Amino acid sequence: MDQFLQHVLNALILGGTYALLGIGLTLIFGIMRVVNFTHGELYTFGAYMLFMFVMSMGTNFFLGLVLAIVMGVLLGALTEVVLLRPIRGADIDTTMLVMIGAWIAMQSLEQFTWSGVAKSVNSPFPVDPLVIGPVSVSWGRIFVFAVAILLIVGSHALIHRTRLGKAMRATFQDRETAALMGVKINQIYTATFALGSGLAAAAGALLAPVFVVYPTMGDAAALKSFAIVILGGLGNFWGAAMGGFILAIVEEFGAGYISSGYRDAMGFVLIILVLIFKPTGLFAQKERVG
Amino acid sequence: MSRYMPWLVLLIFASVPLWMQDQYFLHILITSGIFIIAAISLNLLLGYTGQLSLGHVAFFGIGAYASALGSLGFDVEIFGYILVVEPKPVWLAFMFGIVAAGLAGWFIGKISFKVRGAYFVIVTISFAEVVRLVALNWIDLTEGPMALNNIPPVTLWLPGSGETTFWRKLPNYYLVLVVAAIAFELIRRIVQSRIGRALVALRENEPLAMSVGIDVTRYLVIATIVSAAIAGAAGGLYTHYVRIVDPDIFLFIYTVTMVIMVIVGGKGTLWGPVVGGLLFGIMPEFLREVAAPEVQWIIYGVSMILIVFFLPQGIMPAVSRVWRDFRYSPSASAQTTKEGGG
Repeated sequence: MDQFLQHVLNALILGGTYALLGIGLTLIFGIMRVVNFTHGELYTFGAYMLFMFVMSMGTNFFLGLVLAIVMGVLLGALTEVVLLRPIRGADIDTTMLVMIGAWIAMQSLEQFTWSGVAKSVNSPFPVDPLVIGPVSVSWGRIFVFAVAILLIVGSHALIHRTRLGKAMRATFQDRETAALMGVKINQIYTATFALGSGLAAAAGALLAPVFVVYPTMGDAAALKSFAIVILGGLGNFWGAAMGGFILAIVEEFGAGYISSGYRDAMGFVLIILVLIFKPTGLFAQKERVG
Repeated sequence: MSRYMPWLVLLIFASVPLWMQDQYFLHILITSGIFIIAAISLNLLLGYTGQLSLGHVAFFGIGAYASALGSLGFDVEIFGYILVVEPKPVWLAFMFGIVAAGLAGWFIGKISFKVRGAYFVIVTISFAEVVRLVALNWIDLTEGPMALNNIPPVTLWLPGSGETTFWRKLPNYYLVLVVAAIAFELIRRIVQSRIGRALVALRENEPLAMSVGIDVTRYLVIATIVSAAIAGAAGGLYTHYVRIVDPDIFLFIYTVTMVIMVIVGGKGTLWGPVVGGLLFGIMPEFLREVAAPEVQWIIYGVSMILIVFFLPQGIMPAVSRVWRDFRYSPSASAQTTKEGGG
């Protein structure tokens, strides 16, 4: 039972960052119809930026975290303007190939810049974990969870409470009509891609002190994001948030009770189950079957 | 391209060992050939159905592992029963690998073509990762990271020399050439058949294809099975040539290599994967001397983006356009219009 509670707690904490990854990817897909293969690299980039600011330049940890997220947003915006804007209107396969090319180039560039050796980032939190009855959790992980929840609520507010968010939702529903109503589609796309990339970078930066940082860390993150997005239904904000937590729970229990070697395979099992029983995703409102 | 082109190319490649004695160059040609076979199979999906398989290495690797295990023999415990397989002749194991890869293709096609769009890509890429994890963790069967060693090379009965074991590079080169030619011809026949026309119809306009009675999902699943089986054959060739196989065979970069070969060569053309495969099979050998592996991959990624931006159809369509312009130069232009650009 104690072990069970510990697994639940671990899953909750991990789920926060998974939700961030999923929301970022689902926003980009929902609004832009782009399968963003650079998502995992933005995650890696966020982690390396935190490493650069905190470990190489000696910036304060919290300032470094904010700067890392900002860098992620900027890289996302740059990617959109340089790579996606010129092929606007191209079919989904074309953009997919460009994003795969960008993925490979970015990952190799990270490997070239920081070498393949894993790096670790020191965190300012006390080493002693917080013990509540039978379970314990490190302060660093509590911080990760708190920031992740803050960012999820923040992006939800951005989409539902601001003018920019309204324009995003209008574009999501009907691009042409939104454009006719005076929504600047190009700006919305750049903002969306920057926001999604920023969330991925945030997830990477948050997890950098918990795990270690290495160039191919984004591959697993990208696969997990895809699984989360399929779970929640492509383009569904709360679906992605819930999907993040569901994947974390399944991974945590799968690793704890079945086999830890297959932890990263759990996402695939979930995808298969969803595609067999409810292909539109667990939280879809409308049919997407082609 | 004219009707004699495939025979001419085959003849040129068959003559290579006569004027090129360098064993290392032969080795590069063999590995390029194996990748070309895989790229040819990927092209059936990516080029003719418009479905991108980003886990193609899974079928390649399943073919490799199944073929290796069949020829080595294995015992495995499934739900309390112990299945013991004695070592089989290599050709039988090779067939086993093709069937296993085809079955995997059937499963993936069946699951992911329930819905369209990005699903096939995501399912295939995750599938490759899962198969890698299985190869890594199911140590009783696959030896995990310790790898399967001492895989026997191909043994065939040849006229003139009887039972021959392919220890040397030369017979392996001709074996790869023959299998590549068979794969090329198979894809050519499929593409020019009813199935091929159905595939292209659904790539161009799926609702229209459905409205004229094409069972779209069924054709997509068939294409995936054929593609996976050919990729499995490439994997089998690979495993009996290098004679060792470990979970690294499932690395994503191999899928990316195949995708780049198809894209750069020209997706949806018969010769595209061949040209792209030769280019990206031989180029790394020259790049290696001037650039570190990371730099090489940066070049690959960037060249993929540039090709999509500036030569979206790939090299082959551009080449055949130039070739046609050259053949039907102004003096013969009247003939061109009569033939309709034939």
